[in-house]
Amino acid sequence: MDAVEVEVSLRVDGRQRRLTLDTRTSLLDALRERLGVTGPKKGCDHGQCGACTILLDGRRVNSCLALAVAHDEAEITTVEGLADGDTLHPLQESFVRHDGFQCGYCTPGQICSAVGMLTEAEAGWPSAVSADLTAPVELTDAEISERMSGNLCRCGAYAGIVPAIAEVAR
Amino acid sequence: MTTTEQRLTPRAMGVPLDRLDGPAKVTGTARYAFEHPQTQPLYLHPVQATVAAGRITAIETGAAEAVPGVLAVLTHLNAPRLADTSDGELAILQSGGVAFRGQIIGGVVATSPETARHAASLVRTAYDEQPHDVVLRAGHEGLYAPDSVNGGYDTDQVQGDVEAALASADVTVDQTYTTPTLHNNPMEPHSTIAVWDDGQLTLYDSTQGVHMVRKSVAPLFGLDPEQVRVISPHVGGGFGSKGNAHAHVVLAAMAARQLPGRPVKLALTRQQMFFLAGYRTPTLQRVRLGADRDGRFSAISVEAISQTARIKEFTEQTAVAARMMYAAPNRRTTHRVTRLDVPVPSWMRAPGECPGMFAAEVAMDELAEACGLDPVELRVRNEPETDPETGHPFSSRNLVACLREGARRIGWERRDPTPGARRENGALVGLGVSASVYPVFRMPGSAARVRAEAGGRYTVSIGAADLGTGTWTALTQIAADALEVPVEHVDLRIGDTALPPATVAGGSSGITCWGSAIVHAARELRGQHGRSPAEGAEAVGETGDNPDTERYAMYAFGAQFAEVRVDADTGEVRAPRLVGVFAAGRIINPKTARSQLLGGMTMGLSMALYEQSHVDPSIGQVANHDFAEYHIATNADIGSLDVSWLDEDDPHVNAMGSKGIGEIGIVGTAAAVANAAYNATGVRIRDLPVTLDAFLS
Amino acid sequence: MRPFDYRRADDIDGAVAMLALNPSAAFLGGGTNLVDHLRLGVTAPDLLVDVTRLGLDRIEPLADGGVRVGGTVRNSDLAADRLVRERYPVLAQALLSGASGQLRNLATTGGNLLQRTRCVYFQDVTTPCGKREPGSGCSALRGYQRYHAILGASSACIATHPSDMAVAMAALDAVVRVRGRDGERAVPLTDFHRLPGDEPQRDTVLQHGELITAVDLPPLPEGMRSRYRKVRDRASYAFALVSVAAVLDVRDGTVADVRIALGGVAHKPWRASVAERELRGAPATADSFRRAADAELAAAEPVEGNAFKVPLVRGTLVAVLRELSEETAR
Repeated sequence: MDAVEVEVSLRVDGRQRRLTLDTRTSLLDALRERLGVTGPKKGCDHGQCGACTILLDGRRVNSCLALAVAHDEAEITTVEGLADGDTLHPLQESFVRHDGFQCGYCTPGQICSAVGMLTEAEAGWPSAVSADLTAPVELTDAEISERMSGNLCRCGAYAGIVPAIAEVAR
Repeated sequence: MTTTEQRLTPRAMGVPLDRLDGPAKVTGTARYAFEHPQTQPLYLHPVQATVAAGRITAIETGAAEAVPGVLAVLTHLNAPRLADTSDGELAILQSGGVAFRGQIIGGVVATSPETARHAASLVRTAYDEQPHDVVLRAGHEGLYAPDSVNGGYDTDQVQGDVEAALASADVTVDQTYTTPTLHNNPMEPHSTIAVWDDGQLTLYDSTQGVHMVRKSVAPLFGLDPEQVRVISPHVGGGFGSKGNAHAHVVLAAMAARQLPGRPVKLALTRQQMFFLAGYRTPTLQRVRLGADRDGRFSAISVEAISQTARIKEFTEQTAVAARMMYAAPNRRTTHRVTRLDVPVPSWMRAPGECPGMFAAEVAMDELAEACGLDPVELRVRNEPETDPETGHPFSSRNLVACLREGARRIGWERRDPTPGARRENGALVGLGVSASVYPVFRMPGSAARVRAEAGGRYTVSIGAADLGTGTWTALTQIAADALEVPVEHVDLRIGDTALPPATVAGGSSGITCWGSAIVHAARELRGQHGRSPAEGAEAVGETGDNPDTERYAMYAFGAQFAEVRVDADTGEVRAPRLVGVFAAGRIINPKTARSQLLGGMTMGLSMALYEQSHVDPSIGQVANHDFAEYHIATNADIGSLDVSWLDEDDPHVNAMGSKGIGEIGIVGTAAAVANAAYNATGVRIRDLPVTLDAFLS
Repeated sequence: MRPFDYRRADDIDGAVAMLALNPSAAFLGGGTNLVDHLRLGVTAPDLLVDVTRLGLDRIEPLADGGVRVGGTVRNSDLAADRLVRERYPVLAQALLSGASGQLRNLATTGGNLLQRTRCVYFQDVTTPCGKREPGSGCSALRGYQRYHAILGASSACIATHPSDMAVAMAALDAVVRVRGRDGERAVPLTDFHRLPGDEPQRDTVLQHGELITAVDLPPLPEGMRSRYRKVRDRASYAFALVSVAAVLDVRDGTVADVRIALGGVAHKPWRASVAERELRGAPATADSFRRAADAELAAAEPVEGNAFKVPLVRGTLVAVLRELSEETAR
């Protein structure tokens, strides 16, 4: 079988984008290789590192494991769409101030993941370290660490990432 | 120059400036290698050998070539002949020989990444397969003494009579320690965009040294260095694995030469990185210590063995730290290496010191127990007056102060020397200590250019690299102080061979080498053009020699402490608390430096508890070759990390007074964790990683 | 990844019919496992039928006090559901201990049950694997075995099932509702996954084209406490070395009822019925727990690389039962 091409429409960081692509194309490759949105990073291409994390219809997901064709008409926010003009998103600002990164390659995924994670916590979702599954969420350092564990950082900036998020969360 | 270098007055240096490349990185606009915009790019996917030893007898590319969108299929039958094949790792597609499983034996170029990868899977290869040997073991028949080891160190070094000293020692330790194969795994995969245009090769490459890549690649294609330009402004981590050009860069350049004018993009998959991007050799180290009843050493012996590839020799300098760390009149350190049917090992964060200090510092813990001495005290007692290896004085050595401060911070006085004595919330709890060390390297070959711009601004150019190390920020601070202007007046340019040459970002030497060049260029500019140079005035400076290098032993030191908890039911082992205290000269930027040290300790913790590339002897490759099965520490694995440093004034190392901090953080962490695990449980771990299996009865 | 066609199904019968017509077609849910395997070449269907918009994304209470979970309910929504958190903590805990926040936002209930083994040889198409290529042998028998089975394995395959969720559901006596061309059927979760035998390529009893429409969770009797404990090398974002899902009712110091399922030990979620029999009516003491664990593990046949799992299961199971009995005693 030859490659199958399909039309897909995506709203990316507030802009409507229409493109024809291979059914095999992931959301991540559609963004990076077709739309020039290289903020989301490819670290493993298998959902094992979190560098590609974006917000898909408001939820954090691994864009490497999402086929673009299956998300026609989706609303996507990447790290490039978080700032308000020249004003950084509070998490972006906090990551810089707390030096919550070194090489910066996992950072777009970390920040998008943190945005999604704070929404989840706000909605009362428990985590694997929540002692009481039905109590309101208190974002302790341990809670933040567990909820952010889907984002690997080889530079080992976790000790900066947690306070960067905690400051915005509290 | 024959006197100690004139020192820089710190103004910007020492300020915890936010990372200058921070805003670009948090908004996703910093460009990494694969992200430089190209018109009509092509995508290249490597084809890899599926046997560990042998020869290709047939390679069938018809099915791949028939896939619509495929432009070229490279194999050893049609690839360009290289002008220089002396580097066995880089000399790909020159014959049908296979030296390790996963070696590049071809490549497919297509108009989309999906097509290139699919077509690559259609290439069929037949082999004359030969038996393979991929396991390093003691007494391996292929072990030999290399001419020298990585870093240019002597292979063996003998002082005094170790055997006699051990025979007459009151107390001895004689144990073998092992560290497994480890993979650097930077988050950004090794990536290259190659464009061959008009006899000029441009590489957008993820590298720790643009000039290193140029120097490696140009001769392969018979090019002058000036015909190759390498661009790399941001690097998504390297940890040594991007210090040398690897084979994929050559494959990309070959494909670009076949398709002139078209940008060819190649990013290794995470899985491919376990074969093609270097790794830390496994090590086996027999360590023998001899001491009197008071714990004073009479003998230190380290016999280290490691592996290298059939096609290239690389021998890690595992035993060198034992040559200078502690006083002992009788010392012997040896390295032996064997060639196996394995990928080419290379640098990984603190090659030598990292695995070497694991073995030596666990042996220290064993000796302390055998002498009935506190492990901190044992180290203090064996503190040398001068460098035991050279007899030179240390330019500064504050190990003891680091040990004392670390002990205070972790609450060492609460440590019960009896293993298994402390139990809290269903866990066995213990504390452990290790020393850290890393040499101050100064390599020739860097130059910087400073240019005066309008309005009192300066452009500072050097082909240096920032792999997350904070180079953008720290070099700007150094330049500002060298020029005696505010940092806002300095525009730094790095990561491009169009800029003055720079040595590789390795050996924690970047700030020493590049910073010295910048200082010299700034002084040259001031000397020639004064305080108010005309716009366009320029000066160039080089790293230069430091005569003190010959007169002093120069090292950074540190002490690391760990608290380990082992679950009494499941054996699960965690290290919720680490303390690191370092003495590393002047800290240029406390904010980015702290991250460097935290990062080193985090990687050290990861090495201690999780990391291991499991080599499968029957198929001849690493079995767990992805991020789901090769575990690195996650956020949840890191508890409290307490990093600090002493104010250390070292007048000898360089004009900045800095020692380099990129690697020392990983040196000793694993030993501190293993020693803490022993204190918690009474189970002595001599083989990394420390996993729950060891604690199950 | 071989090229494939893509269709979005509008209703359940349409989805089932599309697969029935094409033996090489596959359902696409969240994609977290399928896209992974497409990229590795582990599987190569020529048609993907997207089943995420069939209205199977609801969690509903059942008249008997149980809960029905739609086949495409996302793992994160299931873990966050109020009913699940209150009535089936073991299930919420299992879900939350699996994968990462991002993956749970994509992964579906049906897809989680159908996820395939993490055996490194299964995922590496350059190595022999009888599950991937029937008859090609088992590389793990002489290879990397840390995540492999100690119970119910065969000489053809020693892989384990990687799901956490399914282990909790096995302990809850869940029932999988399946729709095929011939209508609907209900399969107890403990019968849903297979042991490898000499057909390791078959993970479950599903036939080609059958779609998981829902999982029914029966009500837990009053007084039953439940808990999930996952043991892994690193603290998060890792598959289980072993896991224990347990449901326990202790009355007057005696085990009135108990259900135990083990993860990471077999080709399927392993219902520890031998241990359960040993425990029912026994005093709720550490001794009984140990005896029950040993009784279950008497059948264990570890290989060299996973022998540690025998004491690990014992230690973990005893700990979970101890903690649950302390909880019920309160």
